[in-house]
Amino acid sequence: MIELNGVWKTYQVGDQPLHALKDVSLEVEDGGYLAVMGPSGSGKSTLLSILGCLDRPTQGSYRLDGDEVGSLDEPQLSEIRRWKIGFVFQSFHLVPRLEAAENVALPMVLAGIPAAERRERVAKALDAVGLAKRASHRPAELSGGECQRVAIARSMVMQPRLLLADEPTGNLDSKSGASVMELIEGMNANGLTLIVVTHDANIGRRANNVVVLRDGEIDQLVPGSELHYGLELANPREPAG
Amino acid sequence: MTLADTLRFAFTALARHRRRSIFSVIGMTVGVASVIVLTALGEGAQRYVTDQFSSLGSELLIVIPGKNETSGGILAGGIGGVPNDLTLDDARALERDIPGVSFVVPMVVGNETVSHLERRRQLIVVGATHQFLETRELHMGSGQFLPRDDFDRGAPVAVIGVKVASELFGNENPLGQVLRIGDWRMRAIGVLEPKGQQIGLNIDDLVIIPVASAMRMFDRSSLFRILLRLDSHSDLEAAKSRTLAILTERHDEEDVTVISQESVVESLSKILNALTLAVAGIGAISLAVAGLGVMNLMLVSVSERTSEVGLLKALGAKRRQVHALFLTEAVLLAFAGGLLGIVFGFVLVELFTVFYPKFPAAPPVWAIFSALGVAVAMGSIFGVLPARRATDLDPVAALAGR
Ligand SMILES: Nc1ncnc2c1ncn2[C@@H]1O[C@H](COP(=O)(O)OP(=O)(O)O)[C@@H](O)[C@H]1O
Ligand SMILES: [Mg+2]
Repeated sequence: MIELNGVWKTYQVGDQPLHALKDVSLEVEDGGYLAVMGPSGSGKSTLLSILGCLDRPTQGSYRLDGDEVGSLDEPQLSEIRRWKIGFVFQSFHLVPRLEAAENVALPMVLAGIPAAERRERVAKALDAVGLAKRASHRPAELSGGECQRVAIARSMVMQPRLLLADEPTGNLDSKSGASVMELIEGMNANGLTLIVVTHDANIGRRANNVVVLRDGEIDQLVPGSELHYGLELANPREPAG
Repeated sequence: MTLADTLRFAFTALARHRRRSIFSVIGMTVGVASVIVLTALGEGAQRYVTDQFSSLGSELLIVIPGKNETSGGILAGGIGGVPNDLTLDDARALERDIPGVSFVVPMVVGNETVSHLERRRQLIVVGATHQFLETRELHMGSGQFLPRDDFDRGAPVAVIGVKVASELFGNENPLGQVLRIGDWRMRAIGVLEPKGQQIGLNIDDLVIIPVASAMRMFDRSSLFRILLRLDSHSDLEAAKSRTLAILTERHDEEDVTVISQESVVESLSKILNALTLAVAGIGAISLAVAGLGVMNLMLVSVSERTSEVGLLKALGAKRRQVHALFLTEAVLLAFAGGLLGIVFGFVLVELFTVFYPKFPAAPPVWAIFSALGVAVAMGSIFGVLPARRATDLDPVAALAGR
């Protein structure tokens, strides 16, 4: 259960305060699916960083499964990231020198999970994203869509409760983008809480809820089916289709 | 995260930038190799000197004219004051009155032109007695050593080193031939076995004559040294103070210095040890420079891998894990350099001993381990700053590549 209440994120730019998030309040049920939309610079990534415990609100409350995140210290936050949260990034963030399987294993290596169990889980995860045959390929030898599927496999090996995806299809052609979304939404269908930043209104419409940000403020917070998506929100590189 | 996983991860990072990692390793290699080579030479010098001295046996006392406070007097050479002459009578008194003495060797040393027919050379001429042979552990190549005469009987005979024999006599047999030493005519009665350098004296390039002859030849009233060889079971310290007492009484003042073979070796050893340490210190400086090289490489690496650090943090890496990963890279570089440096250092020392086989160059064990230890310490000290920089990165900014 995610509960944001009156969350502000303020950066000091020069001597000017810059409010990346202004008074954001929202809730996501366990197993829910929230799409975050809005123009570039509206605060979507900032919101995801806070939800992912990579950053803390300047003001306001973020409760994750009842714990007040703002009051946790850094080691506790890393524990939460390690065990509860999976990340998928627009630019994949694979370690280029490691093979696909090693990239997938990385969270388990950091968590000190024994090698035998790692191998088993890596094989399962790569199989689930359809890349069993690519296990020993390095990122440079994989297509963009394949890289993102490796990243998804990596995000699921620790069996997190929450998956945060920041424009996961942003660097992909529409075909591989579709297969990536299929995987992610499939994980949500199996009970994983899913929060996706996207410019794609079709994705937004499939989500339980959509929050549209504008200049750090909530512009709309509606069920996906009721999304009134203006063309002005669209990413010019990826027209809504 | 297990140690094996940490090592593997760090290794893959270094292997990715093979060339610059190798350069950094080479820096450490050179540093460690130089410590090993330098200390091997220092240690070799020490062993060389002490070997030479201890070949004379530890039951040897040396009387030097002049009073000197330090036991290293023999090295300092010049001894202050105007002492009384150290005479053959003194030597005789010591031979008679010191309990446990097997023999004494009065010595005079000078420099003289030595010639045979048209060939002439400037040589060191030692005046000594029959037992000089035994004291210096010399052996005869041919003929005989000085006769077993009384100290005062300066027979006109000479024993020569092999080099002198070949340079003055060529293929002729020198035995029985006449040799001119300064204005003196002496008969060559023996040629020493080749021996080479011994305590600063090239035995092969030496002329030895009876001590009384040498005193007359050089017009000396004082001896250069008196050597006392004691029985192996006698009390060295007692003999030393007895020697001093007898000579003080004879001279009416304390104007000689008596040192034992052991104390000479000891003080030489101390000096050479200090030298070895100093030289090791110089090597350690090159290790510090290599450490700076590692730091530079790691700083570049951290700034190139900012987003990787962000990722590690997003995946739940603790601060100390990030720190350990980057520090391990620095230590790995240093350790690899240290191991290679040991190998390389040994190869250089081996090469050296091929060219100078008589010089016992070998790195001391402490130097091997401390060179490796210092290399690893340098890696960990200079690795801290880059590791801390990685640890302190803000994950959000790092992921965004800022
Ligand atoms: N570390 C930061 N320092 C200063 N300003 C920042 C920082 N991070 C984000 N911002 C600003 O906050 C706003 C929201 O950024 P972001 O959340 O990345 O937007 P989006 O993901 O919607 O494009 C932008 O104006 C951005 O410039
Ligand atoms: Mg963004």
